[in-house]
Amino acid sequence: MTSGTTGTPAAPPAPGAGGREPRHWLRLFVMWFVLSLAADLITWYVWRPHLPPGDMSTSATGQQFDFAVLAVTGFPVVIAVLLYFAYAIVAWRAGPDDEGDGPPIHGHTKVSVTWIITTSLIVLWAFAFGTFELIVPAGAGSGEGPNPVWNLAGKTSSTWAPGQGDKLQVQVIGQQWAWTFRYPQFGGMESSKLYLPTGTPIEFHVTSLDVIHSFWAYQLGVKADANPGVDDVAYTTVHQKGTFEVRCNELCGIWHGAMYTYGNAVSPARFASWATSVRGKEAKDGLLRALPKYALTYDPTVISAIGKNLPKIDGITGAAGYYYPPSDPVTP
Amino acid sequence: MAVEVQPERAEPVSASTKPYFRRMGVHTGLAGAVAGYFLGHWLGNFLSSGYLQNPLSDSNDVPIVLGYALATIGWLLGLGVFNDLFGTMLGRPFPDREAADGAEAGLGKYFRFTLNHKTVGIQYLFGMIGYFLTGGLFAMAIRTELLSPSYHIMGPNQYLMVVGEHGTMMMMMMSSVVLGPFGQYFGPIMIGSKRVAFPRLEALGFWLTPAAFVILLSGILFGGFPTGWTGYEPLATEAKQGMDSFFFAFGLMAVSMTLAGFNMICTVINYRAPGMRWGRLPMFVWSMFSVSFLQVLSAPVLLGACYMALTDRTFQTAFFTNQLGGSSYLYEDLFWFFGHPEVYILALPGFGVISEIVSVFCRKPLFGYRVAAAGMLGVGLLSFFVWQHHLFDSGINPDMRPVFMLTTELISIPTGFIYLVGMGTFWKARIRFSIPMLFALAFYFNFLIGGISGVFLSDVPADVTEHGSFFVMAHFHYTIMGGLIFAFMGGIYYWLPKMLGIKLNETLGKVHFWTMFIFFNSTFLPLFALGLMGMPRRVFEYANNLQTLNDWVSISSYCLGVSMLIFLFNVVMSTLFWRQREAGNPYRARSLEWQVPTPVPPANFERIPVILASPYEYGDPDAPPVADLNPPPGVVSSAYVGASRGEA
Repeated sequence: MTSGTTGTPAAPPAPGAGGREPRHWLRLFVMWFVLSLAADLITWYVWRPHLPPGDMSTSATGQQFDFAVLAVTGFPVVIAVLLYFAYAIVAWRAGPDDEGDGPPIHGHTKVSVTWIITTSLIVLWAFAFGTFELIVPAGAGSGEGPNPVWNLAGKTSSTWAPGQGDKLQVQVIGQQWAWTFRYPQFGGMESSKLYLPTGTPIEFHVTSLDVIHSFWAYQLGVKADANPGVDDVAYTTVHQKGTFEVRCNELCGIWHGAMYTYGNAVSPARFASWATSVRGKEAKDGLLRALPKYALTYDPTVISAIGKNLPKIDGITGAAGYYYPPSDPVTP
Repeated sequence: MAVEVQPERAEPVSASTKPYFRRMGVHTGLAGAVAGYFLGHWLGNFLSSGYLQNPLSDSNDVPIVLGYALATIGWLLGLGVFNDLFGTMLGRPFPDREAADGAEAGLGKYFRFTLNHKTVGIQYLFGMIGYFLTGGLFAMAIRTELLSPSYHIMGPNQYLMVVGEHGTMMMMMMSSVVLGPFGQYFGPIMIGSKRVAFPRLEALGFWLTPAAFVILLSGILFGGFPTGWTGYEPLATEAKQGMDSFFFAFGLMAVSMTLAGFNMICTVINYRAPGMRWGRLPMFVWSMFSVSFLQVLSAPVLLGACYMALTDRTFQTAFFTNQLGGSSYLYEDLFWFFGHPEVYILALPGFGVISEIVSVFCRKPLFGYRVAAAGMLGVGLLSFFVWQHHLFDSGINPDMRPVFMLTTELISIPTGFIYLVGMGTFWKARIRFSIPMLFALAFYFNFLIGGISGVFLSDVPADVTEHGSFFVMAHFHYTIMGGLIFAFMGGIYYWLPKMLGIKLNETLGKVHFWTMFIFFNSTFLPLFALGLMGMPRRVFEYANNLQTLNDWVSISSYCLGVSMLIFLFNVVMSTLFWRQREAGNPYRARSLEWQVPTPVPPANFERIPVILASPYEYGDPDAPPVADLNPPPGVVSSAYVGASRGEA
């Protein structure tokens, strides 16, 4: 076998070069070290606070941190490879009349083994770090399916009041092409605007009425797919008041691009008063009586009130009523 | 390695002298396709009119799907694909057409079902360039719509149609962009074979691509399909008739990929010349070999998914409708079980092409040959174990996410091998900056950015923000456009002198390279930022503050389009008008394809060569030539015995 990974360990100096072969490794290492250090310091101290998705919630802050850590890990790798190629282009370009060949180096076991071990260690580090950052912050804001194994601490009760430390449950319902948010702890009250209290563990239950959507609360760092008939749970805790965007992140038909709305994070007391007042209005309209507090299927064959004239909220009827207008034949 | 053995009753046929239109070809194929479509459409209406309807879309898809099916069969019948098969059934001797097909003069053979692998390679080359430019036009349309944050030129339906056509055209047709032209043309030559294992399957693989292309485009006539290239259910079942074109065309390409893969695997295993041991196989052939396994193992899954989706749409099965007991997750799983190997079907050939180019223009042996081969196979193997990273936020198997995070990140180790090999080859090299070499360098640059962004995507917490956003879009354009297409372009400049005997204009080539490199990066680098700033994929509306970046991207993409026009101009002018001849071995390359004369004889070699050394022994004055092209009679069989004992 003439070719393989075991070749001449030290290449002869290029013929006709004259003088001492410069110490390429040392030069490369010094340049790499300086550039990588600079890139990492800038990433960590200058760039990190501006990295998306910001720090409005625990999951957003966590993702910002993860992103910065991965960037700090990745920059030295990128710089090493690019620097090497740039160096090679400058140092080892053939002259215009050069017809000669390079040295017949078939491989270098030590270099190959070092490379493989280094890349493996980086990969294992990324894996260990990613797993820790996924499990400890309870799924890091991602959809965890109907039975999440990584739970957010906090107790759940059938009602919610500020200051109790209970989780707030919010059902997020995607349909072509609107979002509806239902609050089972407020009697199944529903809204087309997402209001959330700060400092409260929040449990999203994401589902869809028709095709696959994906609930993306950008500034909260929450993303969970909405599959019809499936409950996809995601957790976060908001720690800043303000507005955030909610977009659909999975292609769901022609108005996918227009399927967005805004949410508000407000103080728990303000949230409670908003929720109570909407609940009162919807109870008076009869909507809360017609619909269950929580369901995975808002289907006229399952819930008889759907398809009849439900009271309108925000100009449209409730989640299910909008999807199955009275004129539509029941074709699930 | 029984290279010269033909099927028992094979009889050599001489080239036909009949004029083009008197023989079967594209024109009879088209006639068959049109007749087949109308027959199928009529049959569908006859069978199903009035009562069989797709309940989610309120449309009857049976006539269209049957029309597509019979049009494809009519197309193949009209081309004469099955002539020899029917002839054999009728007791006629099995003809050996390969050499006669290759020897035929004129351009007519390129528009006919021909069996010579070099003819098929050139058919693929021009087919692929055509498909790529068509997909590129759709990309220009997308960027035009995204000039403003609300819809202004296209309506939302039209926009999704364009997005779907662009994505599907690129992802499904470009799966053969290297294996088709260069793999079919040079694979057999590089292993010292006179032919491929299954020339009919190979040619059929090509002739399915125009059918898939036309059927995919025909979706436009029915309003397109709203699902993008992923075809997610149940949106796909709900969509109107344009959706059928997507599933049918993608299914056809799955068949084409499977056939091409089978042929390549069998050729590489069985048709290597004596002395062409696995340790001497050119890296390009290794990449073709690995890719072929991916195609054979993953494309049938896609075919199954497409078939099930079509029955959902026509016969009212409910594989993917949750409300009727199906599962939308099932489709996602099936699709990505194909879809992830698919992106390596797209990436791996690029690794192979640049490995060849780098060694030649560094004038050095490929560094760490075994590491490179292990990288090819490792990427291929691991690519079957990562598909659920496309479903990280979907709620399916959420506890398995650390495993898929690990497997995804593990792929960067064999991918790193490719970089190790490239970097090692550059060490103390004598670098020539020819155009293919420039494209190879750009490949390393682009793929590095694509690969590193992939590490961010594999990390589940960071992926929450990046998933399904423009970040992903930028990532895979960097790996596929920046990797595969740059390698494809490099391959064209590198190999066209051998394929067509002419050289592409060098000045225009340099202009093409630099404009493509600069505007590619200027187009796709900002997309990472757009994704991180909260722009999901496939939307026509975005936040106002993202308009500046989007406009920058759109204008860059037009410049990228101009760069492609420069390339097209160069190809047309150089091949048709300037015709600067390039004979023999302009790069003094060692590998076998450069040792045969230009134009390559119909049977590649006069005699089966005996391979004496690896193709990468540059700089070693004692290295024997790569092969003895004219071994004395009897040497082949004895060398074969020696090679099998490992002594050759």
